[in-house]
Amino acid sequence: MQVTMTVNDVEVTREIEARLLLVHFLRDVLGLTGTHWGCDTSNCGTCVVWLDGEPVKSCTVLAAMAGGHQVRTVEGLAKGAELDPIQQGFMQCHGLQCGFCTPGMMMTARALLDRNPDPSETEIREAISGQICRCTGYATIVRSVRWAAVAEAQAAAQVTETTESSEAGEIDNAGQPAEAVA
Amino acid sequence: MTTVHERVDTFHDNDQKPVGYGRMLRKEDPRFLRGRGRYVDDVQLPGMLHLAILRSPVAHARIVSIDTSAAEASPGVKAVVTGAMLAQQNLAWMPTLSNDVQAVLATDKVRFQGQEVAFVVAEDRYAARDALELIDVEYDVLDPVIDARRALESDAPLIRDDLDGKTNNHCFDWETGDEAATEAVFARADVVVSQDLVYPRVHPAPMETCGAVADYDAVDGKLRLWSTTQAPHAHRTLYAIVAGLPEHKIQVISPDIGGGFGNKVPIYPGYVCAIVASIVTGKPVKWMEDRSENLISTGFARDYIMRGEIAATRDGRILGIRTNVLADHGAFNGTAAPVKYPAGFFGVFTGSYDIEAAYCKMTAVYTNKAPGGVAYACSFRITEAVYLVERIVDCLADELGMDPAELRLKNFIQPEQFPYTTKTGWVYDSGNYEPTMRLAMEMAGYDELRREQAEKRARDELMGIGIAFFTEAVGAGPRKDMDILGLGMADGCELRVHPTGKAVVRLSVQSQGQGHETTFAQIVAEEIGIPPSDIEVLHGDTDNTPFGLGTYGSRSTPVSGAAAALVARKVRDKARIIASGMLEVSVADLEWEKGAFHVAGDPGRSVTIQDIALRAHGAGDLPEGIEGGLEAQICYNPSNLTYPHGAYICVVDIDPGTAQVTVRRFIAVDDCGTRINPMIIEGQVHGGLTDGVGMALMEMIAFDEDGNCLGASLMDYLIPTSLEVPDWETGFTVTPSPHHPIGAKGVGESATVGSPPAIVNAVVDALKPFGVRHADMPLTPSRVWDAMRGQARPPI
Ligand code: FES
Ligand code: FES
Repeated sequence: MQVTMTVNDVEVTREIEARLLLVHFLRDVLGLTGTHWGCDTSNCGTCVVWLDGEPVKSCTVLAAMAGGHQVRTVEGLAKGAELDPIQQGFMQCHGLQCGFCTPGMMMTARALLDRNPDPSETEIREAISGQICRCTGYATIVRSVRWAAVAEAQAAAQVTETTESSEAGEIDNAGQPAEAVA
Repeated sequence: MTTVHERVDTFHDNDQKPVGYGRMLRKEDPRFLRGRGRYVDDVQLPGMLHLAILRSPVAHARIVSIDTSAAEASPGVKAVVTGAMLAQQNLAWMPTLSNDVQAVLATDKVRFQGQEVAFVVAEDRYAARDALELIDVEYDVLDPVIDARRALESDAPLIRDDLDGKTNNHCFDWETGDEAATEAVFARADVVVSQDLVYPRVHPAPMETCGAVADYDAVDGKLRLWSTTQAPHAHRTLYAIVAGLPEHKIQVISPDIGGGFGNKVPIYPGYVCAIVASIVTGKPVKWMEDRSENLISTGFARDYIMRGEIAATRDGRILGIRTNVLADHGAFNGTAAPVKYPAGFFGVFTGSYDIEAAYCKMTAVYTNKAPGGVAYACSFRITEAVYLVERIVDCLADELGMDPAELRLKNFIQPEQFPYTTKTGWVYDSGNYEPTMRLAMEMAGYDELRREQAEKRARDELMGIGIAFFTEAVGAGPRKDMDILGLGMADGCELRVHPTGKAVVRLSVQSQGQGHETTFAQIVAEEIGIPPSDIEVLHGDTDNTPFGLGTYGSRSTPVSGAAAALVARKVRDKARIIASGMLEVSVADLEWEKGAFHVAGDPGRSVTIQDIALRAHGAGDLPEGIEGGLEAQICYNPSNLTYPHGAYICVVDIDPGTAQVTVRRFIAVDDCGTRINPMIIEGQVHGGLTDGVGMALMEMIAFDEDGNCLGASLMDYLIPTSLEVPDWETGFTVTPSPHHPIGAKGVGESATVGSPPAIVNAVVDALKPFGVRHADMPLTPSRVWDAMRGQARPPI
């Protein structure tokens, strides 16, 4: 069958088997290998991507079901050369070791901050609780997400300050578009 | 972007070294953050085929027949291979790392559920899996041996009838220490306490399962093998031996690895099948196991049934420790340990205490379970040893009515006794235990916790405080004593400084997340004054790195890290001679500081390492007898193991209504000698502590009486998530290793070794009001519930 979807803002159309999983479509057909696969039972979360902005386990979604929808993967997280604050937070706080769970963790964390810009430690732990990291012990992942939350709050505060003083605040000092931190 | 640190650790690092050590962000992170890591399953080659393995559904059966005709006719299938076909090429069996043999594909019998029986090669993953369903195997099911305690009974079914003359399921016997001397101290001791303990079978379960891509080029006879291996060089040599391929025509590439924890040390049949498939089909072949396959067939860990005994004086002086162990090795002895150490380093079971005598007797048996034994960050069985000693020391404290911290403090080996030879012959290099213990107690607020516990007990609330103090033995090892299948456990390192003063360092070890690209750049930077950002670290490719035995047993920093420091010093020695020519003074008149040599007493006259690198490659004169270039290679053979130590304190609360254990706090003070990158060290500790929570409270590979694996998925084999673990509290002391060139000891497995007894001790402490003295892992709610009712039972 033929499927058309938008992956990281690019429309793609491919001929696929109806039973093809989204994770295999992304990895094997599109070559987007940043999304990983780690279990047979929807438990590990290394495969998390966004479907219309919501984190989903792509091992549990058929590629055909994503037809006509927007998919975003870890490859679509950074804005060009500029890493997303979540990515920066993971680097700053040692939120990754082997890196295998990391793409899925970051996609969930980004979605969390988009709906809750100031999550508590408990809220972060709950958000990532459907995903397993075998390396980090989670504390540094929690800190990474908090780092991004604080960084974004500070960037937003700077934007407000600049707007108030000069009325010209489309882009903050760190080069973040204002809407990215709204 | 502004740098924000919301959470500041209480205990700061004080490493103030200029270029080398310190909290440096990881050089490898950018590729992982962008989804550009390169794991084995990411490798896509033109024309690549996919391999899937048919596994035994039963634990013990004779293979009557295999019909592959329907599978061969399935769409997209290129080949179907059985054990009988491999046997024609003499490839049906392969050696294990413990001088046993293991079936690549079963020929005569299957010996555990999940054993490899046949494989299919097809055009894609799905077609290969489809065809597996069409292979028809007829099994004549035999009684299995599941309970290790019954493996040696006279009527037990014989598992290894493939071994000549084998008439029972005995694998090996091993003993250490002095039986008579130990008997004597036990005979005169005021107090003797004994306790049966089970360390259940667990599994490392790295998030990336095992797999390989084999690409055999028939024209030039070269095999390229991308594989999930922690030991690429050792694997290359073993493939040369198993498959009869010339070693110089084998390239093992171990790219980014999604966690190892010992699971990726052995050679698995799947790797060999992929190689065979590529040779047979003339195409690249990928094999990636699924999670069930990983859990049921690859290297398990532990599975020790132990009796621990401890003898002491009434006032709490420990005199002797004795243990009897029954070790379940599964169907093949696939233990990955130095050959002279069939029980790994279990011999350090005397722990951190100065005692008079010790003795261990061990019997290992075959059962109808998956092979393995040494895995899951165990430092070659030190997990089991530390669990044994730290659990029975707590039992002794209970018997004596002494505080467990006080009992430990009273019996520590004292700083002036190092190097200390234990009663089982291990030479601990250095240690200073009391400050480590005291720091952990101070961080925990130990006395305050005990007060809180007393108050809670008065209100019938269940709170427990558990302590574990461990000494590890890592960095295997001196080649005269330690080898794996004849390969000495030394490691090579090569350093090249380029003309512009940038450098490349090539390692024989391989990272599975430990951050080698950062740590090793820091080690070299510290020695040679080139910033870490200017040093490229290469690893995980046998064609491009020197020989060495790989990353496991916390050996990278102790062995390969020593090699990196020494090779940098060798380059610096050459740089000094070149500098003496450039500055026209004798080498003795040169002083080294921060990446430059200057004339003693005249700091203005100096040349930097970058100046020297350019001269070494340039047209100018070099001192008499000095070759051009600035590079060196060495092979480091450690003179001893290194012995990190640590003090862990765990605080748990137990819900009396549900028996659910919550780890409220965990304080870990580690002493791993000189600290290279404290951020990475903390990360290693955090990960290990989480493993400890998993083993103590959740994880177990269980079997039913027919040998069906009950932990065959992540729904059944429970791994801690973010909700089961607390925010870790870490601290450190520094007691450098006297024999390691930079004093580093290694830390990768310390927390996995040290944390399970701390957690179990805490749970047992919480259950004291119920008269509980011991309860075995995993301390799941139902098992804790039973313990509260006086019905604690072993898990197997
Ligand atoms: S691969 Fe494990 S949840 Fe999707
Ligand atoms: S970093 Fe390895 S699994 Fe999370």
